[in-house]
Amino acid sequence: MLRAQDLAVWRAERCLFEALHFELHAGQLALLVGPNGSGKTTLLRILAGLGEPTTGVATWNGATIGQLEADERGALAYRGHLEALKRDLTVAENLEFHAALWGGQADCREVLADLKLSDAADTRVRYLSAGQRRRASLATLRVSGAKLWLLDEPTTNLDGEGRAVLRDWTSRHLATGGLAVIATHQPDEFTRSGVLLIEL
Amino acid sequence: MRAFNAVFTRDLRVAFRRWSELAHPLVFFIIVVTLFPLALSPTSAQLRELGSGVLWVAMLLSSLLALDGLFRSDADDGTLEQLLLSPAAITVTVLAKVAAHAVVTLVPLVCLVPLAALSFNIPLVALPTLVLALVLATPTLSVLIALGAALTVSLRRGGSIVGLLVLPLTSPLLIFGARATDLGINGEPTAAPLFLLAALAALALALGPIAIAAAVRVGLE
Repeated sequence: MLRAQDLAVWRAERCLFEALHFELHAGQLALLVGPNGSGKTTLLRILAGLGEPTTGVATWNGATIGQLEADERGALAYRGHLEALKRDLTVAENLEFHAALWGGQADCREVLADLKLSDAADTRVRYLSAGQRRRASLATLRVSGAKLWLLDEPTTNLDGEGRAVLRDWTSRHLATGGLAVIATHQPDEFTRSGVLLIEL
Repeated sequence: MRAFNAVFTRDLRVAFRRWSELAHPLVFFIIVVTLFPLALSPTSAQLRELGSGVLWVAMLLSSLLALDGLFRSDADDGTLEQLLLSPAAITVTVLAKVAAHAVVTLVPLVCLVPLAALSFNIPLVALPTLVLALVLATPTLSVLIALGAALTVSLRRGGSIVGLLVLPLTSPLLIFGARATDLGINGEPTAAPLFLLAALAALALALGPIAIAAAVRVGLE
């Protein structure tokens, strides 16, 4: 379970957000909406353990994020604006690297087939289009086998088909007890019953 | 161990696909060691005296050339934050990166130094000592380089600052390394400086990964 208690972030004299409380349980999706510069990325990075809130605390299963034990840390996966792909490696090599790093067991070829990326599996990432790179980045997320997905505008550069795959993956992920926090400017795409809307 | 292997092989692969960049420090080293005899136009006896010092300084300077990409490219494409977030211990993954970097940049340099030593008229009997000293200096040097690279990862143009940061710290290597080489040339016992180099290597390998990991964490926040 992901819980945020009284989170606040101040940048110099400016308050990005304060008194933010929420709880997210297994199988639940949270959508993070707000205008540019409202702190969506900052909040996601805090939830991932890459940043510290000015006040308050974010916890995963009761333990403060940022001080998680190694095996618990593997339950969280964050994908931001950077794709986390090595441009000089092929798509398959990138996937295998992420799977090895996370100790994931997913079948890389199957994940690529899902994304219609099979043909590009042996292409170096530097030759892919922006949309294909985004797909490959989502594929690395999938092979990591994490329980909590923290996605920062994952639909950027994706075409209609890519968005459909992402929606499908998210539903399946939630159905198997996963959690997701997605920052987006098109909340309608993911809206479903039981979704938690966080407005910054 | 799986994470160490994954990072190590990945970094080797990336390095070999950009192999032309690997040659920069080597070419730089060759140019520097050729400039010295040209500038000094010395006799062969003088060359031999200068040789060990020049080789060590040139080796330290050229190893700095390759350092910028060590963490910068990973930070730019987002894989560095993934290393921090992954369940693998960051000290292990950092050590793997340092090891891969040492293999692709320092090992070729270490192989090149004995060849250059011949052109400085350094006697063949001194070469094993020289190579041993270089091998013992490599772990310390890579850890120092990685520390500099990690501390400057958040700076857009860290190149020159890293030199200011790392070069003074390499002076023990220079002192003991050049001393060992000199003793080797004169046919005297070389154990003392070699042991000191080995002790430095042990210290660097034990404490280095912790310091580098902390520096990476600070750099990404």
